[in-house]
Amino acid sequence: MWEYTDKVKEHFLNPQNAGEVEGANAVGEVGSMACGDALKLSLRVDENGKVADAKFKTFGCASAIASASALTEMLKGKTVEEADKITNQDIADFLGGLPKEKMHCSVLGRQALEQALAQYKGEHVKEQEGEIVCECFGVTDQEIEKAIRENDLSTVEEVTNYTKAGGGCENCHDNIREIIAMVRAEEKPVVKPKLTNIQKIRMIEETIEREIRPSLKHDGGDIELIDVIGNRVLVAKRGTCAVCQASEQTFKNLVESKLQELVSPELVVEEVPQ
Amino acid sequence: MTTIYLDNNATTQVAPEVLEAMLPYYRDFYGNPSSAYTFGGQVGRKIQEARAQVATLIGAMPEEIIFTSCGSESDNTAIMSALSTETGKAHIVTSRVEHPAVKVLGTHLSDKGYRLTEIPVNREGQLDMDRYKESLTRDTAIVSLMWANNETGVIFPVEEAAQMARDRGIIFHTDAVQAAGKIPIDMKNSTIDMLSLSGHKIHAPKGTGVLYVRKGTRFSPFLIGGHQEKGRRGGTENTASIIGLGKACELAALNMEEENTRVKYLRDKLEKKILDRVSNSRLNGESLNRLPNTSNISFEFVEGEAILLLMDEFGICASSGSACTSGSLQPSHVLRAMGVPFTMAHGSIRFSMSIYNTEEEIDFVIDKIPSIIEKLRNLSPYWKPDEQVCATNA
Repeated sequence: MWEYTDKVKEHFLNPQNAGEVEGANAVGEVGSMACGDALKLSLRVDENGKVADAKFKTFGCASAIASASALTEMLKGKTVEEADKITNQDIADFLGGLPKEKMHCSVLGRQALEQALAQYKGEHVKEQEGEIVCECFGVTDQEIEKAIRENDLSTVEEVTNYTKAGGGCENCHDNIREIIAMVRAEEKPVVKPKLTNIQKIRMIEETIEREIRPSLKHDGGDIELIDVIGNRVLVAKRGTCAVCQASEQTFKNLVESKLQELVSPELVVEEVPQ
Repeated sequence: MTTIYLDNNATTQVAPEVLEAMLPYYRDFYGNPSSAYTFGGQVGRKIQEARAQVATLIGAMPEEIIFTSCGSESDNTAIMSALSTETGKAHIVTSRVEHPAVKVLGTHLSDKGYRLTEIPVNREGQLDMDRYKESLTRDTAIVSLMWANNETGVIFPVEEAAQMARDRGIIFHTDAVQAAGKIPIDMKNSTIDMLSLSGHKIHAPKGTGVLYVRKGTRFSPFLIGGHQEKGRRGGTENTASIIGLGKACELAALNMEEENTRVKYLRDKLEKKILDRVSNSRLNGESLNRLPNTSNISFEFVEGEAILLLMDEFGICASSGSACTSGSLQPSHVLRAMGVPFTMAHGSIRFSMSIYNTEEEIDFVIDKIPSIIEKLRNLSPYWKPDEQVCATNA
């Protein structure tokens, strides 16, 4: 049995705005009976560009009905611009969360909304963008990419939970993995903000304590932080490290690489004589 | 709110007489049946009594009964045993509508290099006997076909299928978990070599199963350990539950007539009234050759999980073959194998009754179902009442 929040149950048992808006000027229809869920969203946008009425019809499980009911409640009174900003996560949040296997119900809501708004704006409703990846549920590579980007997905299972892709014969799992890898590869490396001197010294101390000292101590050695001048980190060897000449290069490499990795790539380690 | 339990193919309530029979073996007689002293030995004797009770239900000899922990263990034991004793043979024959205990094991073995044939069924859920006959080869180690289907109740002609296997020297196993206790089974006049049954489907507690192995059938244990079950299944006996299972088998034999008269009457009434009152609904599986307690009905244009949750508001318990309830995205493999269209499969509900159901309960369900379906259809974008009423039974 699925664990639904009280809010999901409330919207399922007493759905709000079921039906079709008369004189609707923004309609979105997504899903199919074969897929197991479908949603028809109809909106009437007034002359001020605000959603005056919103109704839905859903074929699907309890969370699909609740997601559609929630979406219509969220939409009423919003401007088209505001409405366009509602994400599938917003729908799930409105309901106090959805089981992860049911996230595709909220995605269905977002898709119907997109289609309805496109119709309102007079944009040509694109039949289907991209190539079909999942034959069972008719999901395209672009839909999968979009879900990965918007919801920060990293596994095939997550993609299935959000888009249904891969939930049938599973033949497309390799393709989905490739798409995930492609989207991940595009992600730009996180740019670390510039550190103040105090922050830098604190991080150096922490890194030494957490990452460096334990491994030196393992061999009876130790390290002491003497000073930090700009990007120069002055350290001294203690314990067995201090008397072990062979350790010179290894010691410097270990400390420097850890500090460069975890604090800042510009750091240079210098050993000060005792 | 009272519970109306119409999900007896999922599990059943423990019969009060069964619980009564078990309690002393939790409370007072906790001895190990293998022990030499009377305190343990008396439990051992009680287990032999249970073994005889189980054997009587299926017309077997007590020494042909092996107690296991569940139906799945029995199924696994039977298939793995045959693959082990039938050296050099690497082919398994089963059907497309088996319980996962057989179906998933079959897929697993197929991944390991065994050859797997899954016999298809027709729209009525009946086994394709021609394909079955063709599938039997010199390389076939075992056939495993269910006696009755858990989702539709459709009964397979297992005796006929077993004879075909026997003629070719192939071991035949049947998963009789749903059939046992509901329809007569007589191993004396049968060529079935192995048979699985499960306690919790016949009003015994969960955690008990039986594998019948015909005397003389080559056998290799699955759970290796102590000398219990004559070395055929290691592990200290689940004493109280086994004793309960014995009692449950005795009761099942006594209640079988009621199952096939009163329970069948309730099932037929529920089914007929629902099909009459709800348009665009249909029965899944052939009507005649079917367990007396099971009815699988599809409601077009609505989804099963939503139906179940609205039924739950009235305390009515049943199952669905819809994708959303199966935990996957596809509807039940049984309904798919039968070629039930997805549009129908998503809205399928299985009602399964027991002798504990009353006519009052059935009338209550008959009263509630049409409004539940109507409520959901009014939400459904596909429901166009004026156009579609005539499509029933199409």
